[in-house]
Amino acid sequence: MTKIPPPAASAAASAFAVPAPQDSPQVDFDRKTSMTSHQIEAVGDRCLLVRLGDKAGIETSRTVHAVVALLQKKLTTGIVEIVPAFTTVAVHYQPLAFPRGRGPASRQLAKQIETLLARGVEPLADSGRLVEIPACYGGEFGPDLDDVARQVDLSPEEVVAIHASLPLTVYAFFFSPGNPFAGPVDPRLQVPRRKSPRTLVPAGSVAIANGITSIYQSASPGGWNLIARTPWNLFDIHASPPTRLQLADRLVFKPVDEAQFAALLEPRP
Amino acid sequence: MNRMLVRQPGMFSLLQDSGRHGSQQYGVPVNGPMDEWSARLANALLGNEEGAAVLEITLTGPSVSFEQDMMIAVCGARFDIRVGDRPLPYDRAVLLRKRTPLVFGERQDGARAYLAVRGGFATDAVLGSRSTNVRGAFGGFQGRALQRTDAVPVPARRRGEAGLALARQLVQSGLPMVSAPAVPGCALPPLPPLSPAPAPSTTPATGKTGRVRFIPGPQWARFSSAAQADFTSRPYVISNQSDRMGYRLEGPALALREALEMVSEATPFGTVQVPPDGQPIVLMADRQSAGGYPKIGYVISADLPRLAQALPGESLLFLPVTQEQAEALWLEFEDRLRQARQAAAAALA
Repeated sequence: MTKIPPPAASAAASAFAVPAPQDSPQVDFDRKTSMTSHQIEAVGDRCLLVRLGDKAGIETSRTVHAVVALLQKKLTTGIVEIVPAFTTVAVHYQPLAFPRGRGPASRQLAKQIETLLARGVEPLADSGRLVEIPACYGGEFGPDLDDVARQVDLSPEEVVAIHASLPLTVYAFFFSPGNPFAGPVDPRLQVPRRKSPRTLVPAGSVAIANGITSIYQSASPGGWNLIARTPWNLFDIHASPPTRLQLADRLVFKPVDEAQFAALLEPRP
Repeated sequence: MNRMLVRQPGMFSLLQDSGRHGSQQYGVPVNGPMDEWSARLANALLGNEEGAAVLEITLTGPSVSFEQDMMIAVCGARFDIRVGDRPLPYDRAVLLRKRTPLVFGERQDGARAYLAVRGGFATDAVLGSRSTNVRGAFGGFQGRALQRTDAVPVPARRRGEAGLALARQLVQSGLPMVSAPAVPGCALPPLPPLSPAPAPSTTPATGKTGRVRFIPGPQWARFSSAAQADFTSRPYVISNQSDRMGYRLEGPALALREALEMVSEATPFGTVQVPPDGQPIVLMADRQSAGGYPKIGYVISADLPRLAQALPGESLLFLPVTQEQAEALWLEFEDRLRQARQAAAAALA
């Protein structure tokens, strides 16, 4: 028996003009969130990690991005770079820039960060960007679509409809330059990584695993479930920023057929 | 306009500066030199800015010459480097006559040598850095390792530069090169003596045994006590599957007490992560900006240059230190570099 997805999802999928998503929380710009649930730890001797949650999700991601913005603005001395991940913010620093005789640099910097977080974190305004990203599902471009459908007991068409229905928030970039990770993927499409990774995943592959969607910007080995491919190039060293997508962007995948894919295909540098 | 002309490229010769910082938020790896000590020392010997681009030379070296007289310095792995029939001295500024071949011969010790030129290699920066990102094919010289017949831009000699005495000497002597006096303190700080003697290796090691110190990582306590004991007492052998991205190690498998759900997070240079097969990987210069395997520890920054000079087949002993010790050792590393920089400036004056 095939489960029928609830009407909301299929309705949204049939009309690609996506309405304002219901999951976008109201942001109160006058309110500062007091950061009570965080933990700062040294990771090696030149980096601190601010831990803001233990599960990837929109709320945690929002906090991560707000803390990145705060620290980028307020921390000045000895900072090499500040890098967001799903639940953590990495602060890479230059130990030499901290005065000697006041304890280890890691402790001095951790104190500064504690002080900043205790004053409260300004919630970020939504990036305001809703990005429709073309994707050709199934077949050669999404070789795991049928397998994913079997695993979650839906038809391939339903998987596509669900995946392309709701916007996914860009949490972080890593793995390769410009490679986005976005979520949350609808819980009905919850699948683990493949048991045996592929030695070569083609560039542009749209993949899902553990509630997150990623797009392989570069051809590389990979263990995620490939359900589609986008004709878009997502990274260009000559652009500023070099990523086509931005943190907190909301992605909506727009199914296209092979002819449209070919027409939209962009060169990858 | 001055250029370095490449007659032989060597196996894997890459331009690297102090790394592409500021773009990890876009998923761009840092890159940069594997051996920060030798790369920074080579720049210090010439009075270059910190982070000027140098040539990282791996296992087999190049044969190059310069279109104009060029002040250079070589540090790191020992090769039999020749200028004509004379050996090029290491760890000091050398003024090389124009169009004179600098020939890297047999490698004697270590994995990576660093060739610095006065003013630094002058290719265009990409995302603020001249480091080569080989996978992405950008940065450095055309985003790749050097090839035969490449002509790599280097700065022309400027009036008023330090080293005037050396320049006069080159003119008067007619020699193919003249060198500044040796600079003291160009070796890494020595490691403390080892006690007690290590347990025998379970994997056959072909090379020597090195020591690296590490800070226990966030998942240290989640590893079994057997894993903790093995990691700190048994040698781990550097596998052939090691490169600028990571050193894969072979030794007793490191097991977790129970399976862990990990969320990917920052992986700085020196992170020791343990994939499900229990064989640790030390993440090196070309690592990804984040990773999702449990981290048993972090190799301390002061010992990364030692690791970067170790070859596949050599084995490693991991010695735990505290966060405070690691940070103090790094400051000592920085102090030694500063002293070398000052001594080099005096030698050139």
